[in-house]
Amino acid sequence: MSTPGETPPIRYYLLRILFAGIVVLSCTWVLLPIIISILYAFSTPQDFYSPKMIIPLHYTLSNIQKLLALGAAKATMNSIIVAVMTVIFSFALGLPAGYAFARFAFKGKDSLKLLIIGLRMFPMLVIAVPLVTLYIRLGLNDTLLGVALAHTTMALPFVILITSSIFVSVPIELEEAGYVFGLDRKQTFLRITLPLALPGLTAAAIFTFIMSWNEVFMAAVLTLTNRTLPAFILTSAMAAPDIIKFAASFIMILPALIFVFIARKYLISMWGITVK
Amino acid sequence: MPSKKQGYSLVERYLPYLLIAPALGYLLFFIGYPLTQGVLLAFTDQNGHFTLQHVYYLLYSPSSNFWPALEDTLALAAVIIPIQIMLALGFSLMLSANFKGKDMALYILIIPLTISDVAGGLIWYSLLTANGFFNKLFMALGIINQPIQFFGYQFRPMEFIAIVLAEVWRATALVFVIIFAGLQMISKEYIEAAEVFGAGTWTKLRHIIFPMLKPSVQTALLIRTLFAFQVFGVVMVLAGRDIPVLAGEAYYEQTVLYHYGVAALYALIIAAISVVIGYIYIRMFKAQYLREVTM
Amino acid sequence: MVDVKLRGLVKRFGKTVALRGIDLDIRDGEFIVLLGPSGCGKTTTLRIIAGLEKPDEGRVLFGEKDVTYLPPKDRNVSMVFQSYAVWPHMKVRDNIAFPLKIRGVPQEEIDKRVKWAAELLQIDELLDRYPHQLSGGQRQRVAVARAIVIEPDVLLMDEPLSNLDALLRVKMRSELKKLQRRIGVTTIYVTHDQVEAMTMGDRIAVMNAGKIQQVGTPEEIYLKPANTFVAGFVGSPQMNFFDATVRLDGEKLLDAGEFTISLSDDLAAALKDYNNKTVIVGIRPEYMYPRELAPKNMVGPMIKGVIDFVEALGSDTIIHLKVGNKHLVIKLSGSHHYRIGEELVVVFSLDKLHIFDKNTGRAII
Repeated sequence: MSTPGETPPIRYYLLRILFAGIVVLSCTWVLLPIIISILYAFSTPQDFYSPKMIIPLHYTLSNIQKLLALGAAKATMNSIIVAVMTVIFSFALGLPAGYAFARFAFKGKDSLKLLIIGLRMFPMLVIAVPLVTLYIRLGLNDTLLGVALAHTTMALPFVILITSSIFVSVPIELEEAGYVFGLDRKQTFLRITLPLALPGLTAAAIFTFIMSWNEVFMAAVLTLTNRTLPAFILTSAMAAPDIIKFAASFIMILPALIFVFIARKYLISMWGITVK
Repeated sequence: MPSKKQGYSLVERYLPYLLIAPALGYLLFFIGYPLTQGVLLAFTDQNGHFTLQHVYYLLYSPSSNFWPALEDTLALAAVIIPIQIMLALGFSLMLSANFKGKDMALYILIIPLTISDVAGGLIWYSLLTANGFFNKLFMALGIINQPIQFFGYQFRPMEFIAIVLAEVWRATALVFVIIFAGLQMISKEYIEAAEVFGAGTWTKLRHIIFPMLKPSVQTALLIRTLFAFQVFGVVMVLAGRDIPVLAGEAYYEQTVLYHYGVAALYALIIAAISVVIGYIYIRMFKAQYLREVTM
Repeated sequence: MVDVKLRGLVKRFGKTVALRGIDLDIRDGEFIVLLGPSGCGKTTTLRIIAGLEKPDEGRVLFGEKDVTYLPPKDRNVSMVFQSYAVWPHMKVRDNIAFPLKIRGVPQEEIDKRVKWAAELLQIDELLDRYPHQLSGGQRQRVAVARAIVIEPDVLLMDEPLSNLDALLRVKMRSELKKLQRRIGVTTIYVTHDQVEAMTMGDRIAVMNAGKIQQVGTPEEIYLKPANTFVAGFVGSPQMNFFDATVRLDGEKLLDAGEFTISLSDDLAAALKDYNNKTVIVGIRPEYMYPRELAPKNMVGPMIKGVIDFVEALGSDTIIHLKVGNKHLVIKLSGSHHYRIGEELVVVFSLDKLHIFDKNTGRAII
C-alpha cells in the first residue's frame, strides 16, 4: 500500500510494461499466422523449402498463377457468383421481414422472432445431405443456383435479425416526419429509412457475402464439377504442393481482410447480433 | 372487432405478415423438406420400405467410423472450448482497460471472425508443416534438430494438437465478442462502487465482474458447443479422416461411399444434438428477453 | 387554414385506454395548447390529428372534411417533433425543401420559399450544413422552418422545446408565438410545461387521464379552474387544498377543524346545497399574505400557524406554514426574513377562494 502523493515508480512501470507485453503478445498471436501464411503464399519454392529461410526473401506470383490454372480461377468465380446470389436472395426475402419486426406491432411477433432466433442456431449444413435428392430431381444438383439456395437458408435468419436491428436504430420520428410531410409508407421507406440504414445494410451484405464465401460443407456436398473455392480447396487443392495451398488460403482470406478493414466498426455489433 | 378497425385497409392490417411470410416460408421449406427427406433416407431402403439397416451400419459396421467420430468430436470440443473461454475472458479484461491503441487491438483480435475454417486450417498448416515457420524458427534457434512432424496418420496426436491450435486461433474471436459485449454491458459504476468500498483487483473480478459475466459466458459456451458438432473444414484440411468427426463422416459417406441413408442419419444426429443444445439456449434467451421486455 | 374539430376520440393501446372521449373545437388561426402530465393522452391526440395514429372511435374534422382515416400525407398538416426529426442524411436546405419537392412545387418557387422560411427562422447561414453540424437549438429552428414552409392547414408541435436548455427555451417560447401570429396558422401545441402553456396559448386544453378537463384562455384556466385537477396542475407552487365542512345553520362558515372561515352571503348562497357536507377548499399560495404585509384595505379570514420551513428564492419567498395537522404554502414576492418556528398570521380575501365538490372534484365556485 502506498500513501497518496507518493508514487511507487518501479512497481508501476513494471506493471505497465507487463500489460503492454500482454497486449503485444495477444495481437501477435492473431496477426503472425496471417502474415506468415501470406508471405509463404508469395514465396519462391526455393525459399520455402530452404530450412534456413524462416522468412522468405524472394517473392513470386507463380504460386497464385499455378493455383488459378489448376481450377481455382473458375472456383473463385463460382464462389463470387454464389455469394452474390446468396446476398440478393437473402436480402430480397430477409429485408422485408426485418423491417416488419422492427416497425410493426402484431400478434405473434415475439413467437415468430424466437422462432427465427432458434432457426439461426440450427446446423444448416445438415440440410445439404438430404437436399441432394431433391436437387437431382429438380436439376439443381451441381449448380451454383442450388448452392446459393442452400446458402440463403443459412444466411436468412441472420439477415432478418441484422436488418431488423438496423431498422430499429433509425429513429421512428424520422419516418413519421416523412409521413407528415407528404410521403406514403413506400416512399418513406425508400427516401428516408433506406438511405439512413444503408451503411449498416451494406456492412450486413458484405457480412452475408463472407458467410457464403466461407461455407464449405454444403458447397462440397452439393457440387461436383462446379466447385466453389473452399470446396475446390478441400477436394482438389489438398493434393497440390504446400505453397499452392498457401496461395489458396490467401485467396480465401482476402475478402475477409478487406471486409475487416472497411466495415470494422460494424463487425462487432454484427457478430453480436448473429450470436445473441 | 372489425368495425373498430375501420379505416385500416386489408393490406395494411396484414402487412407485417405479408412481409414476413416469404422469408418464413422459404426457411420452413428449406429446413422442413430436407429434414423429412432425411428421415426417409435414413429409415427406408431403395424400395421405400422401413429399415434399420443404416442404423445398424452406423453403429456396428466395422467400416463405420461413427463411434470414433463421436469420440473425437467430443474430445475436440472438450479441449478447445475451455481454452477459448479462458482466452476470451483474458482478452476481454485486457480490452476493458484504457490504453493507447485499444481500438487497434480490438480490431486485430476480431480479424479471425471473418476467416473460414478451411483458410484457418491452411494458415496453421503453413506454420506447423515440416518446412513451416515454427519448425524453421526452432531449428534456427537450435531448440530442435529435426522438424517436428504434425501431419500424417502416424502423428495423429500431433494432428489433434494442430486442429486445437487452429480452432483456438480462429474461433476464440467469436467467444471473445460475446464475452466482451457482456463485459461492456456491466455499468462502470458497479465496478467503481466496489473500488470505492475498498475492493482490490481480485475481489472485483471474483465478486463483481465474474458473476455479472455469467450470462455471457453461458451464451458463449452454448454457441461454441453448438458449432463444435459442426466442425468440418479445419479437420479435413489438417487431418482428413485421420481424426474422424461427425460432419466429416457425413461428407465421406455421402460423397465417397454414396451411403445416402447413413449420411442422412449423421445429419439427423447432428441436428438432434443441436436442437437439444439450442433448446436450452432458447429457454435461457427467452427468460432473458422477457426480463428485458418487462423491465 | 382550417378549424379543427375533434369528436368523441377514443384510443386504446391493448388494455390501456389512452383517450376516453376527446371533444375539442379549435378555431381557424388559433394557437391552442394541450397541457397535461405525461400519459394524459395529449401526444396521442396530436398524433391522431396528424394521422400517425387512427382512433378506435370518434372523428377528426378539418373544416367540414372528415379526415379521420386519411393518411398524414393527404392532410396538409405539418409537425415539429420532440426530437426534431431533422433527416440526418439531408442538408438543412434539402430538409426544408423536401416537403415542397414531394408536393411538386417548381424549383424556382421552392428556392424562394426555403429562403423565406430560413430567413424567418434566422438559419439562412446554415442551409448548406448537415444536421450533425448544428446545435440543438439550430436543429430545432430547421424543424420549425420545415414545418411552416409548406403553409400547412394545421401546424402540430409535440413538446418542441423540451430538449432545449432553459435559457433557449424562454427565447424560443416568444419567438414561436410571434412566428405563429405572423403566419396565422392554426397551431396545436403539446406540452407538460404550464409556463409554456400560459405564455403561448390563445387557449389551453388541460388534459388528464385521457380526458379534457377544461378548455379556456390562460386567464380562465388560472382564475377559474373547473376542477381540482386543473386547479392543482396550473400554478406554482401548487394551490393549497384542505377539507372543510359547510355550516349554514347558525353563523355561516366553513369549518376546517383547526380554523373556520366566515362566509359572505353570496358564498353561502352558492353553497346552500352543501350544508353540513364536506367540500374541498382551495387557495393559491400567492393570494395569502402575512397580516403585516397584506394590502391596506384587505379584509378576510385569518389563519394562525407556525412557520415550518422557508424557501428563499430571491425574487420570491415561500413559507410553509403548519396549522395543526394542515400544511399551507404561502408565496410572497420579494425577499423577506422569517424564522422557522415563528408564529405567523396569514390573511386572504374571500373572493380568491375556490370551493370544489368533494366527490366529483368539480368547482362549485
